[in-house]
Amino acid sequence: MREHFSDLNFETLPGALPALRVAVTAARLVELCRHVRAAGGRLVTLWGEDLRREDSGFRLCVVLEDADDLIAAELPLDAANPTYPDLSEIFPSASRMQRATFDLLGLRTLGGDQRPWLRHGAWPAEVFPLRHDAPALPPSVAHDYPFVRVEGEGVHEVPVGPVHAGTIEPGHFRFSVVGEKVLRLEERFGYTHKGIEKRAEGLDIAAGARLVARVCGDSAAAYAWACAMAIEAVTHTTPPPRALVLRGVLLERERLANHLGDLGGIANDAGFAFGQLQFSRLKEDLLRANEKVWGRRYPMDAIVPGGVCGDIDAEAARILIANMDAIAAEIRALREIYDNHAGLQDRFMSAGTVTPELSARLGMVGLAARGSGGTHDWRNAHALAPYAPMAHAAVSHQSGDVAARVAVRFDEALVSIDLCRQWLAQLPAGAICVPLGAPHAGTLGLGGVEGWRGPVLVAVRLDTGGRIARCHPHDPSWHNWPVLEHAIMDNIVPDFPLINKSFNLAYSGCDL
Amino acid sequence: MWRLLQQIKKVGLVSEPKPAPDATMLQRQLQEQVRRVFGRALAIRQVDAGSCNGCELEIHALHNPYYNLEGAGIHFVASPRHADALLVTGPVSRHMAEALRRTYDATPEPKLVIAAGDCAACGGVFGENTCATIGAVANVVPVDVVVRGCPPTPTALLQGILAAISKRASA
Repeated sequence: MREHFSDLNFETLPGALPALRVAVTAARLVELCRHVRAAGGRLVTLWGEDLRREDSGFRLCVVLEDADDLIAAELPLDAANPTYPDLSEIFPSASRMQRATFDLLGLRTLGGDQRPWLRHGAWPAEVFPLRHDAPALPPSVAHDYPFVRVEGEGVHEVPVGPVHAGTIEPGHFRFSVVGEKVLRLEERFGYTHKGIEKRAEGLDIAAGARLVARVCGDSAAAYAWACAMAIEAVTHTTPPPRALVLRGVLLERERLANHLGDLGGIANDAGFAFGQLQFSRLKEDLLRANEKVWGRRYPMDAIVPGGVCGDIDAEAARILIANMDAIAAEIRALREIYDNHAGLQDRFMSAGTVTPELSARLGMVGLAARGSGGTHDWRNAHALAPYAPMAHAAVSHQSGDVAARVAVRFDEALVSIDLCRQWLAQLPAGAICVPLGAPHAGTLGLGGVEGWRGPVLVAVRLDTGGRIARCHPHDPSWHNWPVLEHAIMDNIVPDFPLINKSFNLAYSGCDL
Repeated sequence: MWRLLQQIKKVGLVSEPKPAPDATMLQRQLQEQVRRVFGRALAIRQVDAGSCNGCELEIHALHNPYYNLEGAGIHFVASPRHADALLVTGPVSRHMAEALRRTYDATPEPKLVIAAGDCAACGGVFGENTCATIGAVANVVPVDVVVRGCPPTPTALLQGILAAISKRASA
């Protein structure tokens, strides 16, 4: 990397994640992206910042990932005409992030899809809520979104949502179909946009961390840990070893809870209610054990900057291990039932296929990518404590269909249980939380963990008073939602709930 | 199939008795009220009006065999037109406000509304009247019962649903 870009000044960022920061020009940003892409790397996220109060115009931040490091490339943009090159030609998943960055901050790409993404009608096109001089309560406006139309004999549209038939998050799906077959799916999100990034500005660290833990409720531990890691980076704080192990237990139990829920939910969408009842019972057992140990079923504020809230004693560790041993035995028994159920396998196999080539080309990440031949997992790639290098074999399946995404969940659920057993058997002694160090105002802090869907990243900058100046939480679903539009092609409409559930992507996590 | 039956036999019945909405109300009285007010069953339409999906996780839990919601004659339906009650979550985002109003309008009487979770109660960590959120569900549609919690437990949700029924029954 450095030899190809010897004119650039790569600084090492503070914190646990191996990360570099580099200031770039527009031309060098494009070359950097192309270089990372050619070397098999990926785009993690991008966002914008308003620095006009410091007379510095705007700034675009692009986080890339190569084999060794995260690279935060920062491109200064003109205050009067903030434009930058379209990166979606290099990384297709950049498109919606660029559109969101325009909606919130008015930074425009030169080319690519220019339609709004997060903006519906809550504010006018000329208002950019993340700008410091934006009105606090802009007037709402009429809004009509230009969907792509599919023309041809017998083609019709099926609009679905935002309020879906089941208990799930709101979003709109526009199917163009012939008979039962889906020719094209277009997603339209942003319904749960809560202005999280705007809300974060000016909050103190504790309030900011509470907010970020609620970007996406099913990934509360992942977001809270990533946020804590970012804040610890810019306050030069090292959380104690016991806290790191307890964070690992919380994150792996969150993964396990979601995988149990999905293994039941996916079977249910294939008409196999038995699977739903069995797995929802196991998930409830897990949540009740959480309640016994931590006093609550979900880990909303269990991870805090500096460590964790709430220690566990030997009896609590015993409860957790017994709970997971019982779940592991049942997972094995149920997997045999799933594998031998011809009707279920008939629905799972070859439904919603994403080939390894397509997955790599579109930049799919996390659990879904590991169902399409991928092996990338930040738990192995970074092996930040308490994860040890190669402590678990990379789970990967090749077929890219619903069956593969189910198999990944079965495998990963058992890996999570193994990891927790190892950690709980030898919990390091000592404190569970340390006070934060002095804030380094303006320094970029990155924190990231492999959440159950994939890599969750949180970027934070503090101001001179130690409050949040800018915070950007990133969900792995940004990369995987566009792939779902491909996975459904040539499948039939009635298989969409099943295929969608096998991805189970976040709405709130991306709507922000 | 043999393994499947074995598993069912091994697990047995795990459903638990329902909690009373408060200490003074007995479950038998409550079931009588459900029968009196709604005939035999209560149909609920859930609306996520911008939640983080945490509340939805606990609403899903109501369907697991421990809580066995359908066993109490309470079930979730796919359309507001089939619903007696709306269970609404989230700090109503401005982008969902219209969908929430239309869902409310499409719901036939008695149109019970249960606002579930701290966000639905007061906007929660996301606040009220911001550029992106309106906040409490009560700012958008009339609310019968508020269930606090982040997220509320299934037991709290169940108590909220039962409290909404008994409130309307005694009105």
